[in-house]
Amino acid sequence: MKAAVIVFPGTNRERDMIAALTASMGRPPAVVWHRETELPDFDLIVLPGGFSYGDYLRTGAMAARAPVMATVIERARRGVPVLGVCNGFQILTEAGLLPGALLPNACLTFVCRDVHLRVETAESPFTAGYSAGQVIRVPVAHHAGSYFADPDTLDALEGEGRVAFRYCRPSGELADDANPNGSARHIAGIFNETRSVLGMMPHPENLAEPAHGGTDGRALFDGLVEALS
Amino acid sequence: MKARVHITLKPGVLDPQGKAVRRALGSLGFAGVNDVRQGRYLELDLDERDPERARAAVDEMCAKLLANTVIESYTIEIGE
Repeated sequence: MKAAVIVFPGTNRERDMIAALTASMGRPPAVVWHRETELPDFDLIVLPGGFSYGDYLRTGAMAARAPVMATVIERARRGVPVLGVCNGFQILTEAGLLPGALLPNACLTFVCRDVHLRVETAESPFTAGYSAGQVIRVPVAHHAGSYFADPDTLDALEGEGRVAFRYCRPSGELADDANPNGSARHIAGIFNETRSVLGMMPHPENLAEPAHGGTDGRALFDGLVEALS
Repeated sequence: MKARVHITLKPGVLDPQGKAVRRALGSLGFAGVNDVRQGRYLELDLDERDPERARAAVDEMCAKLLANTVIESYTIEIGE
């Protein structure tokens, strides 16, 4: 499996993502700078977390229009799997590869702690390493992670099985006190229509090895390697 | 040619920053502020001299970058 991690000015979570991919793939992914427009073939493209362009104008807005993104969008439309984590999720919504938008956290603070997620479906290359209904622990670290979309879009996402993860209590129960940012319907991650693009606010790459204090995130990457190799 | 763009959140989009501003105004003793919604204001200085072409260009800039039309609306004023 050949993977690429795209780096923009202000991206700062690429190293954790590269470490997680390397551990699961057995070799490091390529690192691609935002100005590259010619990309070799990849089986997976990853948009990592950080503060691309300083979150200027809107989070992810300018990264979504960077030169490399025309190629990423074209590849995504051809079915190449794309994973966006945190700022990557914001970039995917700004690029129109996923519906909706990420708003400032309802609580107004930057939230940096572990949360629990309920895996809503295992029917995707990203969640094949989990089972539907499984509860996992993953850290979040964001200021603008509140997922928003109009009710028709939310209904379509749910109806088409495109909600990937929801914030939940350790028991798997959905509740406002388990939702760190006020996301609509407790949505933490969503797929595109073919489930080949996943955007998620939490950081699976940050709970992927024993030194992190947990390994719940590792199965996302192991599952991807198995599905895409 | 100068253009002024006001970008505002669409109704129904939660604005926690606006709520924080309202609370701060209340703490300062201003009564009767029922709601505050925070937007963005941009000033552009364009080479284009024809107002209609300028407006069309700025409209395209808003649709393509300056505003996120999923959650924001915008108004454009052309000229000094």
